[in-house]
Amino acid sequence: MTDKRIAVRRATATGLKYLSLVLASAVVIVPLIVIFLTSLKTPQEAAADDAAFSLPGDWLNFSNYATAFRDGEMLRAFANTGFIMVFAVAGTVVIGSMTAYAIDRFHFRFRKLVVGLFLFASLVPGVTTQVATFQVVTSMGLFNTRWAPILLYMGTDIISIYIFLQFIRAIPVSLDEAARLDGANYFTIYRKIIFPLLKPATATVVIVKGITVYQDFYIPFLYMPAKDLGVISTSLFRFKGPFGAHWENISAGVILVILPSLLIFLFLQRYIYNGFARGAVK
Amino acid sequence: MRTAPARKHTWRRQVTPWLFLAAPLALLVTFTYVPVASLIDYSFTDWDGVSPTRSYVGAENYTELFTDADRFQVFFVSVYYLVASAVQIVLALYFAVILSFSTRFRNLFKGILFFPYLINGVAIGFVFLYFFQDGGTLDSVLGLFGYEGDRAWLGSPESANTSLAAVSVWRYMGLNFVLFLGAIQSIPGEQYEAAELDGASRWQQFRYLIAPGIKPVISLTVILSVSGSLSVFEIPYIMTGGATDTQTFVIQTVKLAFQFNKTGLASASAIVLLALVLLVTWLQRRLVPDEKAELT
Repeated sequence: MTDKRIAVRRATATGLKYLSLVLASAVVIVPLIVIFLTSLKTPQEAAADDAAFSLPGDWLNFSNYATAFRDGEMLRAFANTGFIMVFAVAGTVVIGSMTAYAIDRFHFRFRKLVVGLFLFASLVPGVTTQVATFQVVTSMGLFNTRWAPILLYMGTDIISIYIFLQFIRAIPVSLDEAARLDGANYFTIYRKIIFPLLKPATATVVIVKGITVYQDFYIPFLYMPAKDLGVISTSLFRFKGPFGAHWENISAGVILVILPSLLIFLFLQRYIYNGFARGAVK
Repeated sequence: MRTAPARKHTWRRQVTPWLFLAAPLALLVTFTYVPVASLIDYSFTDWDGVSPTRSYVGAENYTELFTDADRFQVFFVSVYYLVASAVQIVLALYFAVILSFSTRFRNLFKGILFFPYLINGVAIGFVFLYFFQDGGTLDSVLGLFGYEGDRAWLGSPESANTSLAAVSVWRYMGLNFVLFLGAIQSIPGEQYEAAELDGASRWQQFRYLIAPGIKPVISLTVILSVSGSLSVFEIPYIMTGGATDTQTFVIQTVKLAFQFNKTGLASASAIVLLALVLLVTWLQRRLVPDEKAELT
């Protein structure tokens, strides 16, 4: 009797568990599916009443994608984002690993102060300090250049430093000492021993930083209003203007922007989970 | 004879770290500390951001921020996002716990719940503009369940802010969930086995095993959510531009600075936000001493 009741309770609990998971998945997927369906519709289909769940008449209607790609200047947007991403990510890796090396391997005067400066900076909300950062960037003549976001992404990334620190601590100091006995100087030790051993950390930083740069809207929006400097987010944002209520075109643009994220996620799932977990638990 | 090289050695050990830190510190000072210092300076002036002259006006900007009802409105908007963060943390915790027990299609569910976090903010904004528009996705879903009628979800302040806060839950829940799940899975498996042998129920396992194990991550998430709720920008800016009383603190600051050329007032506003974030962090450190939270 009691065994049976326990079994019934277990089954109900399992049922509720899967129900909640399916519901949550639907909440995530349905808004995206609707946009995908809309992206394949003709203007008439998209403007019809109750259009949200109706299926496109022609599943191979890619004309909206062509419009979004051409009029949304997506090619240039991807090129600009790519350019910024390469320099910002490379810079972040160099800056982060050098900082971690200096902080972890040397006991120098004012070390505590330096660590404190980095720690405090991680608390400063970047979005609002832009009021003053804007003046700094303008006075350096970087306004409306791709170097403004590159430098800003490189210069304010405490999380990457933290990721490198976690890894560098695991590298035994005896390696450094052995190399010193062989006559290597500190720079050689950093370049030939530490940096190669930091590969997993570098991979994490590249992924996390790459995704952050790809997603960012605020900094390019603020610092690169020039039309030919549009990145993915700002180009998509501006694309909506002239196409106002043409949801079939906007949806195609949205899908074009989501697709690379989806592909990266499918291929690098494990690294992405670990990367964000490591970066956030600071 | 022996001291000379040793001294040279320590001298090198003192100088080398600064060579490695030169570029990082230069960037840190240029893009964080110089701006913070100038914010404090600008916040006591009436500067418009372009003219060569500015005059000091004392604490006038701060007084305006706290006495002008229009300016103060943004703090009420933060409340929506604070409530949303609480919902978000509870949901993330729930899904992390149930997915930490063996579940069919676990990786699929995990991937689906996390994926929104990887989507570009502008894309999310547009997806949900369509979702909430008259006769859009939400109305159609409600129609399936028999709730007819078009609603302008973004039309009234209350409904618009709730909708926007819900979008933020949709976007960020997955990150919290993955962090919690990672923390739960780092609790050694033997402990569960021992608990099962002792006849502990699922609830007891959660209460005495999982909850203490993930306390540091939860406390970190809470503080990040509070400062996140104060500095919401992207989603409301993209979706409504701050219309129908959905203006957040950061949208107001950005508009003051870059549309209305009130750099002085905007700087004061930025300093207030910075002070609030620091206060929250300090409170959290006092309330939950966290052994993980150190860089050294």
